[in-house]
Amino acid sequence: MYSVEVQHISKSYTVKKQTTPALKDISFSVKKGELFGIIGPDGAGKTSLFRILTTLLLADEGTATVEGMNVVNEYKAIRKQVGYMPGRFSLYQDLTVKENLDFFATIFNTTVDENYDLIKDIYVQIEPFADRKAGKLSGGMKQKLALSCALIHRPTVLFLDEPTTGVDAVSRKEFWEMLKRLKEQGITILVSTPYMDEAEMCDRVALIQNGSILSIDTPQQIVASFAETMLAVRSTNMLQLLNKVRESSFVENAYPSGIYHHVILKQHATAEQLEQELQAATFAGLEIKKGQPTIEDCFMQLMRI
Amino acid sequence: MRTLKFLLQKEFRQIFRDPAILRIIFMMPVMQLIILPWAADYEIKNIKLAVTDKDHSGYSKKLVSKITSSGYFQLTSYESSYNASLEKVEDDEADLILEIPASFEKQLVKEDEATLFIAGNAINGVKGNLGSAYLRSIIQDFNREVRLEWIQLPKFSPQTQIEVRSSNWFNPLMNYKYFMVPGILVLLLTMVGANLTAINIVKEKEIGTIEQINVTPVKKVHFIIAKLVPFWILGLIVLTLGLLISRLFYGILPAGGFLTIYVFAAVYLLAVLGLGLLISTYAATQQQAMLISFFLMMIFVLLGGLYTSIDSMPVWAQWITRFNPVSYFIDVMRMVVLKGSGLADIKQQFGTMALFAVVLNSWAVLNYRKRS
Repeated sequence: MYSVEVQHISKSYTVKKQTTPALKDISFSVKKGELFGIIGPDGAGKTSLFRILTTLLLADEGTATVEGMNVVNEYKAIRKQVGYMPGRFSLYQDLTVKENLDFFATIFNTTVDENYDLIKDIYVQIEPFADRKAGKLSGGMKQKLALSCALIHRPTVLFLDEPTTGVDAVSRKEFWEMLKRLKEQGITILVSTPYMDEAEMCDRVALIQNGSILSIDTPQQIVASFAETMLAVRSTNMLQLLNKVRESSFVENAYPSGIYHHVILKQHATAEQLEQELQAATFAGLEIKKGQPTIEDCFMQLMRI
Repeated sequence: MRTLKFLLQKEFRQIFRDPAILRIIFMMPVMQLIILPWAADYEIKNIKLAVTDKDHSGYSKKLVSKITSSGYFQLTSYESSYNASLEKVEDDEADLILEIPASFEKQLVKEDEATLFIAGNAINGVKGNLGSAYLRSIIQDFNREVRLEWIQLPKFSPQTQIEVRSSNWFNPLMNYKYFMVPGILVLLLTMVGANLTAINIVKEKEIGTIEQINVTPVKKVHFIIAKLVPFWILGLIVLTLGLLISRLFYGILPAGGFLTIYVFAAVYLLAVLGLGLLISTYAATQQQAMLISFFLMMIFVLLGGLYTSIDSMPVWAQWITRFNPVSYFIDVMRMVVLKGSGLADIKQQFGTMALFAVVLNSWAVLNYRKRS
């Protein structure tokens, strides 16, 4: 049973007779209770996709269902069942934390007490500031409040549009742990994020770029399907090393990644061939080892195809 | 209904949480109503007069002193050549020139007839026009005095004469404040209503809160009503304050009773608020909304019949005034305040206004889209 099904969705925006495609023939399905990540850089089409699924935007082509309901015809029923947290903080900044929560509970015809168990873990962290205006909260607190408000009517599907953008590393980690606990409650969660390292937290991810899906799979499978040989190299002069590596005839692609440069070799080239070439150039403190591909490497590779 | 109650609660909270806005809503109209009617005066005073006296006789002096003692004119120059006076007009030191020819007294005595010359500066048309009219009537008065001085008029005038006596109904003393104050009050009410609602929804668009509202099952109608009601109540409070000021500062007591005013104002506010909402559903930013309502306000004021009479406008402009809610309310206010009209007398305006309210609000509801 699928919670969200998207079939051949396309959407383009027309500004001054110039048409920019935002989504090109997108199809995927999300299982019930799955934590599904949509990962891609800014402008990939993540927000447009979320707005279509939350019935705020009409797609040009294709169909999509949420909990078996069509996003075009049955939007009223969908709005009762989904929780949406937009990328931009969209609560009333001039109302207090408690007033915001109460407000969103009442417009969904429920009360905070009724669903308190669901948001308890998250809400207790901001409860000491219940009488503070939402606009005066820190970034991480705002995210927690927004998540509480999105959950207050006990939705079956939760759409989180870039919830961790602009949030510090510790809060990001906390946030993902909160999502894992929500998943245990059986809520289907769709999260979009531009951060590749967050992919590992998801059950499955869709890598999206320029409105097209590059790959859909579990993070482990995506990494495992990385077919090329990847090396990690470093020396004391990283910039010269990168230029040298890029010039090499054995190398398909090279880019900095942390303290190493990741080097993707061409199909018939071997690590030894590159090593010989680099050693001949006498780089101080040269270190070459086999690289462990991450989602980011997979993404970079998929983008090139 | 429960949803509506909480939506309203939220709107009121937000309004009361911004004391600056609240102060502006109440302080500005009060201040304007206290100050503006004293300045927005139809009567032309302080007309600068340049006299070219080529006669320098007893009668010419008498005439000039009669003119200056009327209170409408300021004698700014007293020259003996027309060109010198004209220079004063060019320097904007005079609005009117009165030329008394060299043989004024002589001709008046010898031939019972003398001519005077009046030249007006028409750059400020109203001032030039009214100024020379005042001047002419003063001269006529002077003429009569001179005649009385010379000949004892018979009891019955030998010539046939039509004398016009007028009486001013509904405003016997022609106190301009009686019709200015209600008009200004209408304008203030319109500004409070249309601008605030226009900005309000756009603000939700700008901050992004509307996005969060749109994914909820909140009904469009509920959302719009919740936006209308608070400003409707605020508008009626502003009206009450305005009527209080009219009573306290200007002694204006509506001859037709308060009930008529309130009933009409209630419907009028709905129409104006609907207009504000309509603007806000089209505008994407608060600046856009502000600009649109400013320009509309300009049309409302100039084609509202407050400063210029609608009947003397060209026909096409009169048609525009028919779509101007302000003109109806100004009309009704004057009818009720001065003439003592009751609900039955204003039912035509009332019906039109109700139509405005229905059309504008339904248009706003239809145009507000929860998805794009």
